[in-house]
Amino acid sequence: MGRMRSLLIPGVDKKLLVRDAVKAMPDPARRRFIAGGASLGALTLLTGCDIIDSSSAEEVLKKVSKFNDAVQAWIFNPDALAPTFPESAITKPFPFNAYYEVDDAPEVDGKSWKLEVRGLVDDKKSWTLEELYKLPQVKQVTRHICVEGWSAIGSWTGTPLRDFLKIIGTDTSAKYVWFQCADKEGYNSPLDMRTALHPQTQMTFKFADEILPRAYGFPMKIRVPTKLGFKNPKYVISMEVTNDYKGGYWEDQGYNSFSGN
Amino acid sequence: MSSLTVSEQDVTPQTGKVIQPGWVRVTHWINAFAMALMIMSGWQIYNASPLFDFRFSSSITLGGWLAGALLWHFAAMWLLVVNGLVYLIVGFATGRFRKKLLPITPSGVISDVKAALTFKLAHDDLTKYNYVQKLLYAGIIVVGIVIVLSGLSIWKPVQLRWLAALFGDYDIARYVHFICMSLIVAFLIVHVALALLVPKSLRAMIIGR
Repeated sequence: MGRMRSLLIPGVDKKLLVRDAVKAMPDPARRRFIAGGASLGALTLLTGCDIIDSSSAEEVLKKVSKFNDAVQAWIFNPDALAPTFPESAITKPFPFNAYYEVDDAPEVDGKSWKLEVRGLVDDKKSWTLEELYKLPQVKQVTRHICVEGWSAIGSWTGTPLRDFLKIIGTDTSAKYVWFQCADKEGYNSPLDMRTALHPQTQMTFKFADEILPRAYGFPMKIRVPTKLGFKNPKYVISMEVTNDYKGGYWEDQGYNSFSGN
Repeated sequence: MSSLTVSEQDVTPQTGKVIQPGWVRVTHWINAFAMALMIMSGWQIYNASPLFDFRFSSSITLGGWLAGALLWHFAAMWLLVVNGLVYLIVGFATGRFRKKLLPITPSGVISDVKAALTFKLAHDDLTKYNYVQKLLYAGIIVVGIVIVLSGLSIWKPVQLRWLAALFGDYDIARYVHFICMSLIVAFLIVHVALALLVPKSLRAMIIGR
């Protein structure tokens, strides 16, 4: 990481640069990120000793993050609704955000696309977009909060996920609904069952009353206003109801897994 | 706490009067460590989506990138909050806050600020705070409480919706959180500079007397 720091070029967005660099790293290196050399050096200087070995610090931090998952699950009130806003509050243009440029966003063919359903459900049949569009839909105008701190208000329309989970006969005592996506590198993310059953958690087919555009996740996004943005997967191609923690694209890189608002 | 019944006599190492009781020293240094972790990781988090037209140099931030910084921030918060609660509870329960920090009168503050600006403010008796010190120490406790509450609002704007509403909303809470950080850093600069100018105050915070 110290070497990476010296590579940072003035005028270049460091965040994006680091993000690219992290992506380029081989997997084991990618997972050893937390105690960046330069920053850790500053801390060592501060405490005047060298007890904070980066790998053991990383282990402790990961354990605390797991503990924070449990604390957040305990705080989580399934009846607490995310604030809703008038249409006039909608952020225009709503930002596109991903770890790639909009031109690299997946181009999904809505006619051949099918939502695959796996795991602890009674009916594992795949769903076409046409079939999904026939399910009752509701609209929400809610705030999307990114893990980076910025936020934007958008309008999403679709079927409450809990209604769909009921239709397919989900074992709701299972721990997670795990989503896989069409993004390059294979985006995926686990959603805890209680959040999956939250009334505002939605299988989204429309943004601002129009069919979900490619930039926002066509053909289907999972909108979860009680979670940070990276727990709102776009371009969803399958879902699996499971008791196993299968990790996630960002979760594996260190973002807190629960990340509830 | 017997250590709190300080006399008016001059405090010298020979008289052995405790200026800073053990619990104040322990919580002070734990807080200093936790604050450093929170501020440095907080700067890294800020860099992911800056509120203003600048970023913090990576040489003074902690965590390497956003995920690492968030892990540090949400780990150090436990240390900061638990230690802070111990400090507040013991501070109120022992009456130390009342004895040391009150009363704060406007006229007292004005005359002591004048004295400070003309370098006439005495530091002879470390057991008694002047009005500038009282105001700053009481003020920084309030700022500490506000930064924790605004931080909770940013972390849990849905579950703690009422708290976020208290600050206006999620987006405003971010600014409040940042301003409180700035006030703490400003306090820190003055605090450390004065501790170095009056070394016996630093000694008292280390060995108590």
